[in-house]
Order: sequence, then structure tokens, then C-alpha cells
Amino acid sequence: MKVREYHAPRWSEPIIHELSTRGERGFVPPGAEPKIKAKVGPAEGLVPDAMRRRKPPGLPELSQAQVLRHYLRLSQMTLGMEMEIDLGVGTCTMKYSPKINEELAALIEDVHPLQPEETMQGILEIAYEFGAVYLREISGMDAFTFQPPGGSAGCYNNALLMRKYHRDNGEPERDEVVTTIFSHPCDAATPATAGFKVITLYPDPETGLPDTEALKEAVGPRTAGCFITNPEDTGIFNKSIDEWTGIVHDAGGLCSYDQANANAIMGVTRAREAGFDMLFFNLHKTFSSPHGSSGPGSAAVGVTRELEEYLPVPVIVKRDGAYHLDYDRPKSIGKVRDFMGNLQVVVRSYAWCMAMGARGLREAAEVSMINNQYLVEKVRKIRGVSLPFKGRRLDQARWSLEKLKEETGVGVGDVNRRVIDYGVQSMFTSHHPWLVPEPFTPEPCETYSKADIDYWCAVLERVCEEAYSDPELVKTAPHNSSNHRVVFDGFDDPERWAMSWRAYKRKRGLE
Amino acid sequence: MDEESFIHPYIPNSVPEIKREMLRFIGAGGADELYREMIPERLLLGRPMDLPEPILSELDLKRHVESILSKNKTTEEYVSYLGAGCWRHYVPKVCEEIASRSEFLTAYAGGSHSDLGRYQANFEFQSLVCELLGMEVSGIPTYDWGAAAGHSVRMATRLTGRKEVLVPRNVSPIRLSIIRNFCDSASDTSRIDVKIVEYDAATGMLDMADLESKVCEDTAAVYFENPNYLGVIEKEGASISDVAHDSGAESVCGVDPISLGVLAAPSDYGVDIACGEAQPLGIHMYAGGGSCGFIASRDEERYVAEYPLRLVCIADTAVEGEYGFGQALYERTSYMARENAKDWVGTTTALWGITAAVYMSLLGPQGMKELGETILQKSHYAAAMLDELDGVEVPFTTFFKEFPVTFNKPVREVNEALLGHKIFGGKNLTTEYPELGEAALYCVTEMHSLGMIDTLGAALREVLA
Repeated sequence: MKVREYHAPRWSEPIIHELSTRGERGFVPPGAEPKIKAKVGPAEGLVPDAMRRRKPPGLPELSQAQVLRHYLRLSQMTLGMEMEIDLGVGTCTMKYSPKINEELAALIEDVHPLQPEETMQGILEIAYEFGAVYLREISGMDAFTFQPPGGSAGCYNNALLMRKYHRDNGEPERDEVVTTIFSHPCDAATPATAGFKVITLYPDPETGLPDTEALKEAVGPRTAGCFITNPEDTGIFNKSIDEWTGIVHDAGGLCSYDQANANAIMGVTRAREAGFDMLFFNLHKTFSSPHGSSGPGSAAVGVTRELEEYLPVPVIVKRDGAYHLDYDRPKSIGKVRDFMGNLQVVVRSYAWCMAMGARGLREAAEVSMINNQYLVEKVRKIRGVSLPFKGRRLDQARWSLEKLKEETGVGVGDVNRRVIDYGVQSMFTSHHPWLVPEPFTPEPCETYSKADIDYWCAVLERVCEEAYSDPELVKTAPHNSSNHRVVFDGFDDPERWAMSWRAYKRKRGLE
Repeated sequence: MDEESFIHPYIPNSVPEIKREMLRFIGAGGADELYREMIPERLLLGRPMDLPEPILSELDLKRHVESILSKNKTTEEYVSYLGAGCWRHYVPKVCEEIASRSEFLTAYAGGSHSDLGRYQANFEFQSLVCELLGMEVSGIPTYDWGAAAGHSVRMATRLTGRKEVLVPRNVSPIRLSIIRNFCDSASDTSRIDVKIVEYDAATGMLDMADLESKVCEDTAAVYFENPNYLGVIEKEGASISDVAHDSGAESVCGVDPISLGVLAAPSDYGVDIACGEAQPLGIHMYAGGGSCGFIASRDEERYVAEYPLRLVCIADTAVEGEYGFGQALYERTSYMARENAKDWVGTTTALWGITAAVYMSLLGPQGMKELGETILQKSHYAAAMLDELDGVEVPFTTFFKEFPVTFNKPVREVNEALLGHKIFGGKNLTTEYPELGEAALYCVTEMHSLGMIDTLGAALREVLA
């Protein structure tokens, strides 16, 4: 397959402060009417002397067209999912976000979250029914909240539920949780933030999964529960998952299922049958809401009837055909986010599910899974690439370029800077630690056509061939991107790092 | 729909011939067979899901969702005096344009070359927020003000090695609940105590005497807000920071950035860690979905080392004079350090950060100042007008944008009656602050015209008569 000639937009765009011209302005706010001014006097008199701003903020001064142009150029130098074949970014499920859903989400842009319930019946209906109809059937869980504003926040929410549950049951000493190393880092980091000690299970080198015996050894009277991603980041599904939840339950713990990426198992296998007490789905992955350059997203948290009373307030309930916000829940963990979460994300996901139906959701799962089998058979043949662990992968696979690195000196970092020269996004490598050396993790979800997958594989193959024929070409990449290889090594150096323009100017003596 | 004709517009490989061709290439008979190889029979659902029929036509889908959402009333149809953590400000069209750009909307985890523009926009958000706050370090924003405050006080406990934070009762009760969750712990040894400081009933400001009596050698941070939840400007901000510093604690302050064209930067009154809510900066309310929390501090290694956020750092490339970007002290983050990380980081609110960057660039120093002045004058005009009404009082005088209003009738009844006038009255405070009596928190911004405010007065005269 012919690989496209491509060149990213390269605007050499300055930092916005450098575009500032004294006196220009991009926006004029409305002023107070003369009657108002006459009554209250100058604004300055309304601020206590000690709190008055003396020095104006050092914001840039630009006219409107110049601001627009600057940010349009920055947007052009961003390889968004809609622009390309974004199947290299596994664990993230870079699927198509239907454009119509943007218009539908905007229908709530002028709704205030504290409006009287009777004036929010539309959005409350969507949030309630999305949980009660769709997510309940997809997961088997009984009750839902959309308050956690991102996947990791959903995981944190579940750690708080676990903490409260054991305390209420008179077992506050349960302060240990178990996870696996190929579960997402949030499955370790958020329980740790909630004060739990984290025990991490490592995989068997053959199967890629931790041994069930290791779990048995890890649990005991201090076990609060487990946080497990399944399929794991490797794309391998833990076939003993119901046995695992049984072991944790027998030890007195609760089980939280990380279903951030449940794309290949919708309508196939569910949290309930696997024995989980709670789960979270990422609506910005599996349920099609766009990733927004990293948020706003949403975690839909589902729990069993037994844990429902612990959900954060308010919980949306339906009584006599109307939707209400229930704050009267004495066992609730309280608040994990202001208001009710990112409800515009819920609108998009609801619309997506309505467009899919049972058959469409199952079709998306099957096609994602088949796409991945197809990709596996193609990538397997590429020189320098290997697939650690045995067995078939569901929606994604963790591959290794160790052989390529050994034979050519070109590693995954180099390959990632080179694939972008052909107009595909750099691949997701792996969370840390890199148990698989020189890793990459493609995930060809249902959005991508056979031709898309063929093209993506052709790019990877081309770059791996270049690594053998002209390694310098790959190591010095990118060549056709929006800028050149970063050579800075001060990211950990307090003297040289700069997280703002003013810090940069000071440290580089540009003032 | 028959078996063969289910070709979904979002799923190219739902075309049966293509799927068959791919299965042949794989050497498999079908999806079921493949699933059975990976998932044990006992865990398979084994039946179609029981869900409504799909709406494949975009027009039908649009009408369906519109018909549900049209049951909402919006602040465009009703005049709203609601704030309390989510505020209706004008959103410049350029902000909407950039926030809806396909590239920013659908980007996620690409590298700093292919997503150069995203990294630069993140960096500019950090730079612009730092200008407003008088700080030098910020990161990609977190979920909301509550999470920003929670992370900030946890940073302070790690910085000081102390396990107690002081929080005045005039901060948002929602944020207080979030902060309590952040501070609580499954382990007795890592629990952070949240101690409440009273506020002065006469002014709405933090009670300095109570603060001084409670601060001690265990205090890691004094967290306060300016303007606080009741809208009151904490004019003793410098003294609050002094009290914190005198006992070796960090001064942590949450701010509404829309006030910073007219109110002093937190760095001017000794704040070490500033945080707050960027939603006012060009982001629609989305029924609460516009939240975007930021954290900022001085550029000192000990602070930077405690951030949970991703910190975008400007860098050099192989070409002289060209900008590149990366992330500072990435080893801190949960992506690298898992349970040993500084709290956690994940998908947060980067798109809103980019939108806020556009807003700050559009307004510039002059726009921020003028907007702050308009809000001050309009809110004070509304307060004065309300205070003159029979049965209505405005207890506090030093405020920005929001202020409690007390009534001689139950707030619930007043608000219900105002709905009949197509007005959303202020947030009912009677449960949160019973000592204020029948009080509601009113929010007045540049969105409220003189006519709207006077209409509120006329409506209340009728309601209270």
C-alpha cells in the first residue's frame, strides 16, 4: 500500500505574549448603565483599598482577528482524531464522536446546575434514563452516578465508597487494596490517595496475567477490596475474573471494575456476572464523547443495590413520572465534584447509545474485536516487532519493538516521532513501569475501516523498514511535523524548567 | 431490520462482505467463536441486550434528543440570579469557535510534535493564569475548584509534614465536602484533620480572632477564598497569610479569576498556593459541566515537586529559536509512579483550559479591568436596590458579584413566586447558613441589564407584598 506524502502545518507560531501590541484589544465587555453608575459611584470605591489591583495583569494585548488567527494556527498544529487514523492510541478508544452530538450537548449550555428541578426535567431525564436503561443493561449494575468528571475520578470515587462502606460496617482496619500491574495506574494511585496501602500483582511471563494463587496470598483481614482493569492494558481478558471476585469477597473485600475501556465487551460480558460490586465506564472512551485534548470527560459509576446508598449526592431519582435530585442520603460519601458532573458529556453518550441500540453496541464490540485480530495478523509480520504473552487479545495488544531496538538502535520513541511524518498520530506506548520493553499499544476500534487499518499498518511497516535501511532518518525524526525534535534536557531542572512565559523570560534573561 | 442490512454509519466494517473477508484473513469463523476463545462461557451474556431500537437517522435522533431537552428552561429564557460556584458570564464567540475546533475537540494523547499546538495552548493557559494570579507555575487544569482546593491542601500537608488544615465556614459547602473527602484517609496515620474557622457575622469575612486561636504547630495550611462563597472580599488577606506563615503553615487561597482585573493578585497578599475555578473565563455553564479547576504557585522546586498535575514546560528543539514542549518532573505523576505518585492525574479539563486561554487573550488587561468594574457596579446597584425594599436586607457591604439577601418570607416561597415572573432567584442558603435567616445568595454579572435588575425589584415588591 502506498504511504501518503504528508506535511503538518508549521506556522512557527510565537507565544501569545510575543504577539502583544500595546493598546490593542480583542473584546469590549458591556459597561454599567449611567443610572447604575450614578447610584453606586466609581467601581474603585467598591473595593477595599488593601484588595485593589494596583498593577494590571500582564496579559497580552491583541485585536480579535489576531487572537483568533493565533489559536486557529495552534489548532492546525494539533493532529486531532478526526483528522487522521488514530488507532495507535490504545487504552484510549479513539472512536468517532458523531458531530450531531455536539449540537445536542450545546442545548444545555445555558442551564445552571442549581435551577429548580422542574426547570431541568430534560437533562435529568437524559441522565437518569441513560443510567437506568442503557448502563444498567450493559453492565448489570443497579444504580449510577455521573458526578466523577473523568475516568480516574471515577476510580477515586469507588475508593471513597469502599472506605465508607468498611467504616460503616465496623471494619475501618481494612486498609489494603489489590490491583494488577497491567491495570491502569489510577487503580493504584486513587486508592492510595484515599489512604489505602496498594498491593500490586505481577503477571506470569507466559500468560501475561497474575496467578490466582498470588491473589489468594495477597488478601486477608485487612483487605478492603480490589481495583482491576479487565481486559487489562495488554488486551488480555482475565478468564478467572469471577473466581478473583469470589476470593476478594470471601476475604471480606469489595470489588471495583475498571471498565474505562469496555469497547470490545459491550453486550458480551458484564460486571455483574463477573461478581463486581461497582464499576466505572469512561464516557469519553467507550461511549464516544470526544476527548477534548484531555477532558472534560466523565466516568459513569455503577454500583449494586447494596452500595447505592453510598453514592455521592445528589442522586437523580424518578418519582411519579418526574425526576428529582435526592440529597437526603445519610450514608453518602458526600461530594466528589461540584454539582452533578459533566452532563454535556452524558448527553453525547446518551445520543450515541440511542443511535446504536442493542445491536449497534454489540456490533461495535464485535467489529472492534475483529479489527484487532486483523491488525494483529498484519503487525505480526512486520520486521522487528514482537507480541509478548500467549493467547488472543480482545480490543488492543501490547506489542514490543525490543527486537527492532536491538537490531537497529531505533526504539519506540524514535518510531513514534517518525510515524507522524506520515500523518498518523504517535502511538501510545505503555503506562509505567515498562514491563514490556519498547512497548506500543494500538487499538483499532470500530471507527476504523479495513482500509484505515491497512494504511496504518503500512506506515508502521515503512518506518520499521527505514529503521533497518536508514536508522538515522528515524532517530532524527520528525521531519515533516509542526516542529523538530526536542533537544531540551531541563524538564527536571529547577533552574531551567519553565511552566509559564514569565518564568521562561526570567530564566532566559529576556526581560 | 434483517440480519444482513445492519450497516451502521459509525461502523465501516459492519459491511458483511468486508467482515467476512477480514475473518477469512484471521482464519476465524465469526465473532462468537473468537469470543469463546477469550471469555469463558459462564461469563458470556448469551442473549441480546434489552434496549430500545436504534435511531439510525440523524434527523430522527436530533428530534428525539431535542424533544427531551426542550423540557429544560434555560438562563436565556429566564433571568437567573444563581451563582454559588457556577456563573453565567458572556462567552465571546471566538471562545466558542476555538473550543469547537475539531483538532482540539478530538485530540488526546499525541506527542508534543504532532500535537504541538495543543501543548502550546496548554502552556499559554498556564502562562495567562499565572499573570492573573501573580504566580510562575501552573499546570493543565484539574476537574473543578473543589479538586483544585483538595489537591492544594494536600500539597501543603506534604510540604509541611503537618496533618491539619484550617478552613473558614464561608467557603463553599460543596467544596468543603470535597476537601473533607480529599483529607480523609483509610489509614489513621495519613488522615488530615479539617478544622473549621468561624466567619464574622457582621462582615461575612473570616474571623481573625478565631483563626489566631486555632492556628498551631500542627497547621499545614490555612485555606480561604477570595471573594468567598458569600461573595465577600477578604480584605484581611495579607493578615490571614501572615497568621499562616507565623506558625509555619502555607497560605492557600481559592479565587474567582474574573475578579482579578480589579482585585489584588493572591501573590500580593502572601498566598503560597492559589487555586480556583476557570469556568467564568469563556466557558458555558452546561448545568455544571463547565467546571475547570486551576492550581498555581511560585516557581520553587519544593512546590513544583508536590503538584499532582501535568506541568507543560517550554523547551528547545534541534532548530535554533524554535519552541518545543515537554512535561516537567513527570516522574511525580500517577502515570509514572502509580501509588507512589503525588495524588493522581488523569483526563481532566484541558479543552476548558484552552478556552480560558483564548478568553484571557481576548480581554487583555483592559478588558479584565473593565469587566470587573461592570460586575462590581451592577452587583452593588442590585444590592442597594434590594436593600431598599421592604422586608429585604443585604447584610454584607464589601463584596464582588455575589451577596446574600435576606427576606421576611421563606426563601423557598420567594423563589417559587419569582419563577412565575420568569426569574431564578438566588441560591437558597437556609440549610447551609441557618444563622443568616431566610437568606439567598444572589449573583449579578455583566449579563444583567439595568432593566433586568429593576424588573427583579418590581417582581419582589409584588411577591413580598
